[in-house]
Amino acid sequence: MSEQDVLVVADLEGDSISNGTLELIGAAGQWTETHGGQVLAALLSTDGASQAMRLAAADRILAVDNPVLAHYCPGPFLDALSEIVRREAPRLVLFASSTVGLDLAPGLAAVLKTPCLGNCRAFDAEGDAVMATCSYCSGKLVAELQAKGRPVVLTLLPGAFHPATRIGKGELEPVAMELAEGAIRFEEMILADQSDVDITQQDVLVSVGRGIQQEDNMELAQELAEALGGELAASRPIVDQGWLAATRQVGKSGMIVKPRLYLALGVSGAPEHVEGMSGSELTIAVNTDPEAPIFEIADYGVEMDMLDLMPELTEVLKRKRAVSYER
Amino acid sequence: MKIAVVLRQVPDPIEPLELMPDEKALDYGEAGFLVNESDEHALEQALLLAEDGTAEVTVLAFDFGDVETTLFSAAAKGVDRILTIPWEEPFPPGTDVATALFADAIRSVRPDCILIGCQAHDELEGAFGPRLAVELELPYLGVVRGVRQTAKEMVLEAHKEYPGAAKARMSVQLPAVLGILAADQPPRYVPVSRIREAMKSAEFEELELESVPPSVAVSVARLSFPLRGDGARMLEGNEREVAEQIAEILVEKGVLT
Amino acid sequence: MDAFRDTFWGVPHWAELAQYGLGGLTVLVLVWGTWRRVARWRRGRPEPDATAWRERLRVLVRDGLLQGRLADDPLALATHLMIFFGMVVLALGTAVATLDWDFFHLFFGFQVLRGPPYLLFELILDLFGVALILGLGMALWRRYVSRPDRLKAEASPRAAFDSLYLLSILTLVAVSGFVAEALRIASGEHAATGWAPVGYAVSLFFSAMSSETIHAIYPAVWWAHAVAAFVFLASIPFSKAFHLFSSPLNIALRSRQPVGQLRVVGESGASRIGDFTWRQLLQMDACTSCGRCEQSCPSHLSGMALSPRNLVLALDRELAAARPNGAAEFGGPLSARVTDPDALWACCTCRACEEQCPVGVEQPRMLIDLRRRQVYDGRIDEGLQDVLMNLSRYGNSFGQSARKRSAWTKQVDFAIPDARKEPVEYLWFVGDYASYDPRARDVTVKIAQVFHSAGLSFGILYDKEQNAGNDVRRVGEEGLFEQLRDKNVALLGKATFQRVITADPHTYNTLKNEYAGAACPSLTPDAVLHVSELFDYLIEEERLPVDEPLNMRAAYHDPCYLGRYNGVYEAPRRVLKALGVHLVEIGRNRQSSFCCGAGGGRIWLKDTSGDAERPAEIRIREILRLDGVDTLVVACPKDLAMFQDAVKTLGAESRLPVVDLGQLVWQATCAHKTVEALS
Repeated sequence: MSEQDVLVVADLEGDSISNGTLELIGAAGQWTETHGGQVLAALLSTDGASQAMRLAAADRILAVDNPVLAHYCPGPFLDALSEIVRREAPRLVLFASSTVGLDLAPGLAAVLKTPCLGNCRAFDAEGDAVMATCSYCSGKLVAELQAKGRPVVLTLLPGAFHPATRIGKGELEPVAMELAEGAIRFEEMILADQSDVDITQQDVLVSVGRGIQQEDNMELAQELAEALGGELAASRPIVDQGWLAATRQVGKSGMIVKPRLYLALGVSGAPEHVEGMSGSELTIAVNTDPEAPIFEIADYGVEMDMLDLMPELTEVLKRKRAVSYER
Repeated sequence: MKIAVVLRQVPDPIEPLELMPDEKALDYGEAGFLVNESDEHALEQALLLAEDGTAEVTVLAFDFGDVETTLFSAAAKGVDRILTIPWEEPFPPGTDVATALFADAIRSVRPDCILIGCQAHDELEGAFGPRLAVELELPYLGVVRGVRQTAKEMVLEAHKEYPGAAKARMSVQLPAVLGILAADQPPRYVPVSRIREAMKSAEFEELELESVPPSVAVSVARLSFPLRGDGARMLEGNEREVAEQIAEILVEKGVLT
Repeated sequence: MDAFRDTFWGVPHWAELAQYGLGGLTVLVLVWGTWRRVARWRRGRPEPDATAWRERLRVLVRDGLLQGRLADDPLALATHLMIFFGMVVLALGTAVATLDWDFFHLFFGFQVLRGPPYLLFELILDLFGVALILGLGMALWRRYVSRPDRLKAEASPRAAFDSLYLLSILTLVAVSGFVAEALRIASGEHAATGWAPVGYAVSLFFSAMSSETIHAIYPAVWWAHAVAAFVFLASIPFSKAFHLFSSPLNIALRSRQPVGQLRVVGESGASRIGDFTWRQLLQMDACTSCGRCEQSCPSHLSGMALSPRNLVLALDRELAAARPNGAAEFGGPLSARVTDPDALWACCTCRACEEQCPVGVEQPRMLIDLRRRQVYDGRIDEGLQDVLMNLSRYGNSFGQSARKRSAWTKQVDFAIPDARKEPVEYLWFVGDYASYDPRARDVTVKIAQVFHSAGLSFGILYDKEQNAGNDVRRVGEEGLFEQLRDKNVALLGKATFQRVITADPHTYNTLKNEYAGAACPSLTPDAVLHVSELFDYLIEEERLPVDEPLNMRAAYHDPCYLGRYNGVYEAPRRVLKALGVHLVEIGRNRQSSFCCGAGGGRIWLKDTSGDAERPAEIRIREILRLDGVDTLVVACPKDLAMFQDAVKTLGAESRLPVVDLGQLVWQATCAHKTVEALS
C-alpha cells in the first residue's frame, strides 16, 4: 500500500471488461509512473478469475466474488467499493463514464465524503491537491479544477486516455466481504431488437442530430446514406423522438461505433455522443453552430445547415458513383 | 404515493456562454436559463406515474434563474405542490450546498420516491442524484428510461440504460431516488393560456432552511473555451462546392470508390 | 271565351278547403322546423359585427340570388340558376294564382289573371317550369351519371339520400304541375292554349282521352301536385332544401371584418358545438355539400386526410344532433368525433376553400377553433411541440439564439440602423424565415442592398424582434400568439417610424390585420406594407432605376397571405413588368392561387401526404406545363423554401429556378453596382 495508489473500478459490458476500463488503467499507469504507487483494479462480479486476464495491466486485481454482484445493482456495488477504498486507501479512484460509472462515482464520493470530478480528460497532482482538466457545459467549455481530499474520485472521458500499454503484475487477490442485496434489484436484461442493422459493423454511418429539425427530413438523410452506401445513425434526441430505432443510437447509452466514415449532421457533439463515435477513422461534421464541440474532434467541418447540404451532397455522390460505374 | 421532483436551472446551451473576468465562473448575468432537460423528463415521468395511480407530485427548485417560468409551467401541467428554496446569489448553489438544501427540503416533504434528471450539462462534480441519495440515506438508480408502478404499491419497475441499446429491468423498493434520462414519453406541451391561468392561481411555498457553508473540497482554477486549431479543417463555399469537396475527400480516403 | 285562371278547376270544393287545411299545417311545420334550426344557431356564442346593410344587400344579390361565386363553373351555375329561379317563379305563380282565386275573385269577384295578363302569366310559368325540369335533369345527370369527384360526397348530415330526395320531389312537383296543366288543356274547356306551349305539347298525349276520363284522373294528378308541393315545403327545415333559407342568410350575414383577422371567441377553442359562434353554426347549416372547397384544397389534393367539406358536414351533423335546449353532449372531445387528428393538422389555412365556397362558409376558422382545443389539451404533434417551445423561449421557430437573428446584417457593407435607438421612416419587420433560413437570408441581404441603393431610411429591431405569430395563431396556440404580439407591440411602441415593411406575407398579414388598431394603436393597417408594394412605389418614384432589364419569361406565384388574404395582386406584377420580365400567368392565379403547403403552421408539421405529390410539387408541375416559362418568381420566404425543395424533388432545378422578387429587383437595379465595386 502506498500514498499514491490508484484504484481503477473495472467496468463490465455484459460479461466482459470494457475498453474504457483499459483507458482507466492507462491513465492510472501514467500517474503511478510519475508519482509512484500501484495500479489497483476493483473487479466486482461472480467469478473474478475468468475476467482477470483483461486486467493484467494492473498491479493488483482485487476481485470481490459474490452472487449479488452478478448484475449491476447500486446497493452491494457501492458497499463493496466503499469497503475496498477503506481497506486500500488509494489516492485516486477512477471510473469510466459509463452508465454505471455515472451512478457509482458521485455516490462513492458522497459516501466517503471526498471530492468527485466528472468528465476528466487530464489530471495530475499539485501538492496535496489533484488538478484535473474537465469538459464542461457539453464540451463548450474546459474547466480546470482543483480537488482536495483523499481519495479523489474521477470519471474519465472516453477516448481522452490511451489504453494501457504497461505491463503490470496482474496479481489476482480475492477479497472476502459480506454483501447483502439492496432495495434496488436486477430483474432481467432487455436486449436490443436484433433484426435491425448492426451499426457497429458498418463502414459508413450518416448520423443525424437535432439539426434535422423535423421527422420529414429524415428522408433526406436516408437518401444521403443510400448514396454513400451506408446506414443511418442518430444522437439520443432523435431516438427519444422515435424518429429512428434505439439500435441506431450512437453514444453512451447507445452503440459504440468505429466506422471508416462518420458523417455527423446537425450533431452538436456532447460528450455522451462523442463517446460512441470517437473511434471513427474519418469524421466529417456539419453544423450551423461554429462553436459546436463536434468540430473539436472531427477531421473536417462544415458550418452550414445540414438541410441545405444534404440534397446537394446526395446528388454529387450519385453522380460520382454513376461515373465510376461507367468506368 | 408521494413523489418529489427536483428541477434545476441550467444555462441555456443555445445561447453563447460568457465567462466572468477572473475566468473562474460563468457570467450568469449574461446567460439565459432553462430547466435542465433531464429534470423536465423526471417531471414528466412523475406526472405519468401520478396519472397512472394516485401519486401526489411535489416540485422543488431553487429560486434562481428563470425558475418562475419553469414552475408556472409545472403548475400548469398539474403538479400538486411547489416548494421553492430561497437563493439570493447571482450564481447557482455549489454541489454541496445544493445537496444539503435539497435534502432538507425533501425531508420536509417525506416523499416515497424522488425523481431527478440523471445529468445536467453544468455539473462539474459528477451527477447530482447519487449525492442527494447518499445525503438522504436512500438507494439511487440512474440513467433510467421509463418507470412504471408495479402491483405492489411501494415497488416500482425502472429501466436502466446500457450501451448497445440494451436495458436492465430493475425493481425498486421505495423509498428511493431515481435519476431519469428520459420519461416514457417526451415532456408534454403546456399552452401559454394554461400557464397564464396557473400564474393566477398557483402558489409557491417558500421554504425556510438553514444556510449551509459552501464546500472548499473542489474549486475552479480556470474556465476556458476549448482551443480551436487542431480541431476540424473547415470546408468553405456554397452547398455545391462543399459537397464537391466532401466527395473528393471521400475518394481520397478510399471511402468512395 | 275569355282566358282566365280557373285555379280550382276540376276538383271538388272540399279539396279546395282541404288544401287550405294542409297548407296551414305545412306552414306550421315549416315555421316550427325553421325555428328549431334558428334556435340551434342561437346556442352559439355571440359575434358582433358591422351592420353594413348596403354591402350585405349587394352580396346577397350577387352571391345569393345570382350565385356569383359559381361564375367559374358555367354548367353548375346554369343548372343551379334554372332550378332556383324555376322553383321561385313557379312558387310565386302558384301563390299569385291562389290569391287571384281565393282573394280577389272570392271577395271582389275580380281576377288579375284574366285576359292578356293571364296569358303572359301562363307563358312565363311554362318557360320557368321547363327551366326547372331542365335544371333538375342536369342536376340528376351530374350527380348520378357523370358524377364529378366533388359530388361523390359523403352522406348528408341529416338524411342518407338528401340530395336525391330534394331533386326527386322537385321533379315530382314540376312534372305533376305540367301534367295537371296538360289535362286541363286536353279537356278543351280552356281558351288560348297556345300561351302555354309546353302544357299544350304535353296535352297532345291526352288528346285521345274522353272528357270523362280527364275529369276522373285530374283530381288525382292535382292532389299529387299539391301534396308533393306541401311535402316539399314542410320538409325544407329537415332536408338539404333548408339551404334555400340558410345559404342566402349566411351570405348576407357574412362577417365584414378583414379576412386576415382571425376572430377568436375563446382561447381554449371549441370542445362542444356550442363553443362556436352563431355565425359559424349558421355556416354549418348553409353548406350545400357542393364539394368546391374540397376540389380546391391543396392538402386534400395531395392525399392528406383533410376534406373541408366533410369537416363542415361532420360539424353540421353534431349541430343537428345537439339538443336545442343546450343539453350536454356525450361521446368524447368534439374534434375526435368530427375529424381525425391528421386532417386537423393538414390544413394550411390558405383560404382556397373559403374563396371557392358559394355560400360563404369559413372552413379554416372552424378548423382552427378545433386545433385551438387540441393545443389547449396538449394533444399535439411532438414536432410542433418543439417548435412552440422554441417560439416561446427564443421567439423564433428555429430554436436558435435571438442573438443570431440579425447575423445576416454582417453580409452587407453598410450599417443598418437599429430602429429601437433611432427614428427611421421604414421599420423593417424581417420575420423568422427571412432571418434564419439560409436561402431566405440571402434574399434578405439583397433586399437590404436594394433599400440602401434607393436611399431608403430604414431600420430593423435586431435581436428583440420576435416571430410575429401569424402561424402560431393559426396552429391554435392563441396564448403564445398573444405573448409574441405583446412583446412585439411593446417594441414597436418604443420605436419611431412611419411605416412597417416586411417581405414575409404571413408577418404582413398579422401586422396589418391583427396588430394594427386595437392591439397596437401606434400602427394603422395602411402603414403596413409588403416589400412588393414598397418596390412598386420606389420604382414609380424613380428611386430604383432599372439599369439592367431582365430578359426572362417568368411565372409569378401569388402567396396566399399576400393575395387571397390581403388582395395584393397587382403590385408584384407591376414590379416584374418594370424589371422587364415577361410575365406568364399560371392558370390558377390571384384568388385561385394554389398554396405551396407551408401556411397555417404546416411548415412545422409532419408531412402526411403519403405517396401522393405534395402541394408544392403539384404547383411546380402546373408551372412546368406552361409554355416557355424559365423562372418561377415568389414573394414569400416560405414559398422560396417549399418550391426550391419541390423543384429538386421533381428534378427540375435547372429548368425552373425559383427566385424571390427581391432577388430580381436586386439583379435589375443593384447587381451591376456590386460588380463595379468589385472590379
